[in-house]
Formats: sequence, structure tokens, C-alpha cells
Amino acid sequence: MVTPGAADFVEMPLTTSNETESDGEWRRLMAAAQAGDRAAYERLLRDILPFIRAIVARQHRTQDRVEDAVQDVLLTLHRVRHTYDPSRPFTHWLATLARRRSIDLLRRKSRLAAVETADQTAYETFADPGANSEQERRDWSGALSGALAALPERQRQAVELTKLRELSLAEASAASGMSIGALKTNVHRAIKAMRKRLTGVRE
Amino acid sequence: MREATEQIIERLVADAQPVRRLRPPTLRAALWLIAVAAIAAGAILLFSDLGVMADRLRDPKLQVEMVATLLTGIAAVVASFHLSLPDRSPAWALLPLPFLAVWIASSGYSCWQHWISFGPDGFELGESAHCLRFMLAISIPLGVSLLLLLRRAAPLTPVGVAAVGGLGVGGIAAFVLQFFHPFDVTFMDLAVHLGVVAVIVAVASLIERASQRRAA
Repeated sequence: MVTPGAADFVEMPLTTSNETESDGEWRRLMAAAQAGDRAAYERLLRDILPFIRAIVARQHRTQDRVEDAVQDVLLTLHRVRHTYDPSRPFTHWLATLARRRSIDLLRRKSRLAAVETADQTAYETFADPGANSEQERRDWSGALSGALAALPERQRQAVELTKLRELSLAEASAASGMSIGALKTNVHRAIKAMRKRLTGVRE
Repeated sequence: MREATEQIIERLVADAQPVRRLRPPTLRAALWLIAVAAIAAGAILLFSDLGVMADRLRDPKLQVEMVATLLTGIAAVVASFHLSLPDRSPAWALLPLPFLAVWIASSGYSCWQHWISFGPDGFELGESAHCLRFMLAISIPLGVSLLLLLRRAAPLTPVGVAAVGGLGVGGIAAFVLQFFHPFDVTFMDLAVHLGVVAVIVAVASLIERASQRRAA
């Protein structure tokens, strides 16, 4: 890692003795890759994956993000591979590149996070009104049974029989003992009362 | 996710054409500076009044100022080539600063003297407008060619690299300007010179920032 040319480095990458050993090998592979040796390039890219993962894992916590960053680093490495000078340490070149891209990615993500709304908090405002109905039904069912329970006994019975159990007026009349006219009047009043109550709740 | 990484590796390997390595940054900077020096020398010999210049150069203050201006330009250009590589220390950006300080101090001193002799008249734009046009006219071709070279390296911190490169271009433009500028620097001149350098730095940074946004 420490060569005369490295004197002007300010930050040193993660250095363990293991990496010092691999640096010579990576240098050689990278130089070969620059010359177009695909086998050397493939070995190098697979070899350096854990090293890149370790660096980007400092900025990114979840597995997905780490892997996103690793891929970004690989693409960048490929794009700027002509800037590597094989007389200098490869580990340092790679570590700076990885850290830089990883931080850039983090900034990009937080920029996005600042202007986007998380899905969980946006569930009531889907662009398609139909998509809201499921949630609305859940919100409304409590209010609806409350409004139903608050009705006078005869009105509640009329709604239950004709609307919820979907009996015909004749069947409902037989079951409740109310005349057909009384059923119609009670259903009408019940719905009016519930509408008033529920609209009141809503506002 | 890891499978996607595998696929990327395969794609990159398949695309691994041989690449031409960049030459060492100091060499690349030197080549650019030599080309610029050749063009500037031609223009100075053809169009400037060297007799007047020789007279003015008897003043040691002007000597200091011109050397500082030139060194600011050269140092900033060399630094920008280094900074354009991924693995060079960001401390390279500090290289031109001592020269910049001497430049500001020395031309500031002669302004102050003019302030004494001319009073507030030194504040008029007058001839400075000419300097402004001149410096911009030099800086645009210099700046474009330098930015193109710096981008060959695909810098990771492009805005900073462009800013240092812009300082280099500004310094060189201010130096060349001295040959076409048959009087000492007034306060307004100093403001215009440094102002133009700042504008060049800002424009270079903005161009880079905009192109980064597009790329992202």
C-alpha cells in the first residue's frame, strides 16, 4: 500500500494485511484488463466485490441499497477504467471511487426522499377513486352500524329486513307484522335519519 | 439483487475493450500549457506593444504581480488535471492558493497607490470594460478545451475540478491581458479582473453541474 507515489494521499482506504497482499494481484489484473484481457477483468471484478460491499455498507444499511451501490460502483469502475495508473496502488483507487459513488447515491436517495411521499401515508389519496373504496368501506362500516343502532326500533327493523336481509315488502311485512305502507315509511325515515347522521359525521 | 450484480459483471466483461491509459496528469497539463503558451506568445508578438511592456516591467511590483498571476494559472491547471483522477488527494486544490494570495495582494497594493493619486476616479469602469471583454474572449476557448480534456478522466467531483480549472483559465487570461493593458491596475481593474476570474470559475462549475444532472 505504501509506495513513494502514495505520499500525497490524504485518506487511506481500509487497509488490512490481506488487502496489501491482494493489491499487487489486483494491479496486475487491472493492467491486463486495460489491455483488453477479459478473463483477468472477470476475475478482478469478482475478487473485489466483497471489498466494494464493505465500503458501501458504511453508507447503506439495507441489503438492496448496498447491492444498488455495488452495481453503481462496478459501472463507474468500467467507465473510468482508463484513468487507473498501474504504477499506483489499486486498492486506493478503487476505495476512493467506491466511497465517492456510494455517497453520491446516498445524496440522490435523500433528495428523492425529500420530495416523495411514502406510500403508507398516502393510502387514502390514490389517483383512481375506485382504489380508495376498500379503505373507505372499512372506515365507514363502524359509522354505519352506529347509525343503524341509533334508529328507533321499528325503523331499524324495517331497514334490516328490506335492505340487509333483502326480503320483499310482503315477506318483511309478514315477518315484522308491519303493514307494507308502514315498512315503506319507516325505511324512508330511517334512511333520511342515517344520511343526516352520517353526513354530519363526515363533515 | 446479487444475481443482478452477476449480470452486470458479465455485461461489463463482455464489453471490456482495450482502453488507452491516460498519460500522467502533470504531463497532460504541461502539454496543454505549452499549446496555450505558443498561441499566446504568437498573439503577444503580433499584436501587443512590447516596448511599452518592457518599460512597465521595470516596476518590481508589476513583476511580482505578473509572476503571481501566471503561477496561479499554471498551478490551478496542473491541480485540476490531478483532481480529475479518482485517486488523487483533494489537497491538490490548495496548490494555486498561495500564488492567488500574492496576486491579490500585489495588485491590491498598486490599486491602493492609485487610490491615493487618483482618488475615487479609479472607480470608473472606463477601460476596465475593455479588459472584461478581452478576458472573456480569451477564457472561452481556453476553458472549453481545458474542460474537454479534464472530462476525459471522468472526474468523480466534477464541479470542484471545473472550479479549479476555471481559476487556471482566469489566471492565464489575466496574465495575457497585461500585455494588452498599457497602464497600471486601478481599483476597478482589480475588481474586474478578479470578478471575471470568479465568473469563469462559476460558469465552469455550473456547466459541469448541469451536465452531471443530465447524466444522473
